[in-house]
Amino acid sequence: MTKAQDNYLQDLAASRRGYAINRLCGSLKDAANRRLFTRDEDAYCDAYGLTPEQKRAILDRDWTAMLDLGASIFYTFKLAVLDEKSMQYLGGVFTGMSAEEFTAAMRSGGRRFG
Amino acid sequence: MAEIIWGLATSHVPSIGAAMDHGKTADPYWKPLFDGYEPARAWMAAHRPDVAVIVYNDHANAVGLDLVPTFGIGTAESYDVADEGWGRRPVPPVRGAPELSAHLVGELMDEEFDIATFHRLDVDHGLTVPLSVYCPDPGEAWPCAVVPVLVNVIQYPQPTAARCYALGRAIGRAIRSFPGDLKVAVFGTGGMSHQLAGARAGLINPEFDRMFLRAIESEPEKLAALTREDYIRRAGTEGIELIMWLVMRGAMSDRIARIHDTYHVPASNTAAGLALFQDLGAA
Repeated sequence: MTKAQDNYLQDLAASRRGYAINRLCGSLKDAANRRLFTRDEDAYCDAYGLTPEQKRAILDRDWTAMLDLGASIFYTFKLAVLDEKSMQYLGGVFTGMSAEEFTAAMRSGGRRFG
Repeated sequence: MAEIIWGLATSHVPSIGAAMDHGKTADPYWKPLFDGYEPARAWMAAHRPDVAVIVYNDHANAVGLDLVPTFGIGTAESYDVADEGWGRRPVPPVRGAPELSAHLVGELMDEEFDIATFHRLDVDHGLTVPLSVYCPDPGEAWPCAVVPVLVNVIQYPQPTAARCYALGRAIGRAIRSFPGDLKVAVFGTGGMSHQLAGARAGLINPEFDRMFLRAIESEPEKLAALTREDYIRRAGTEGIELIMWLVMRGAMSDRIARIHDTYHVPASNTAAGLALFQDLGAA
């Protein structure tokens, strides 16, 4: 299963690895948590028990590293929205494009793979 | 006895709801999609169900990672619209159908589907966008009650397509055995091809999507035989949502008529599809 989902299949090991970072990102659906996070991101990461690598990925907004460390896009997207970033922006980050280039690629029919 | 009058398969992309919420449906970006919906909407408006059974997945809003039910059914009197982190959609709260929910849970458990029950549930875009596709201007209240049926598709272990189809068959039997003169519509939501994250982000596979749109009517067994790996490889990591269309198809009888379908790329990062079928009942 892991191989088939290519880049980021969440198998059970990945779910375990990403639990803390996903829980942190998921918590941002609540406005009170967004305020706490914004006030002190560092402390917020510690309170959710992130590993040093996960904490670094969050603080640096390293979206690809978050995935590599077990994060799910449905969770990290809540952090992106807090930063006022779109799914097209993230798509660009993942594929080496600007948000505008990625949006244009979608409007011309999306990206084709074999 | 209750009867299933139609089944609707539709993508549930959040931005489709946002386009409606912010009055952008006539913008050049969105107009082709909403024009494509129009014949289906007109037909559904003339064929109102009492209850909609909506098969969808939560997206990190009501279901966290502490406990991930494979299949769940909402049993509540009503469901609030979720705040997904950017404010609630300005749509009415969802009225439940607790008697039908209880009947479905009981019948499905007797058929050995182990269903999780949600006694409290905030419904996210996965459920409310399809409701808006059906009814764009609900005013103060949606025109039908709702039974939410949740399927885990966002994180391993997702159920197989075959299991989703079998669940749909059992849901169909359960609906048809409900005492009472209810008209029921069944929604299968999600898809079509898309992948949000990783190197294949932006994936669209129109050949697969067109095949799926055809086969969902007359060859659902063929789609049910595809593995989870097939769905992910061909339709993208989030394209596996299409297994929820099979729950809808399974609930309908073998005799159905295609009323309308439409397909448009893109809605945000997704291929948006819609297919509407009338249930003609047992032969």
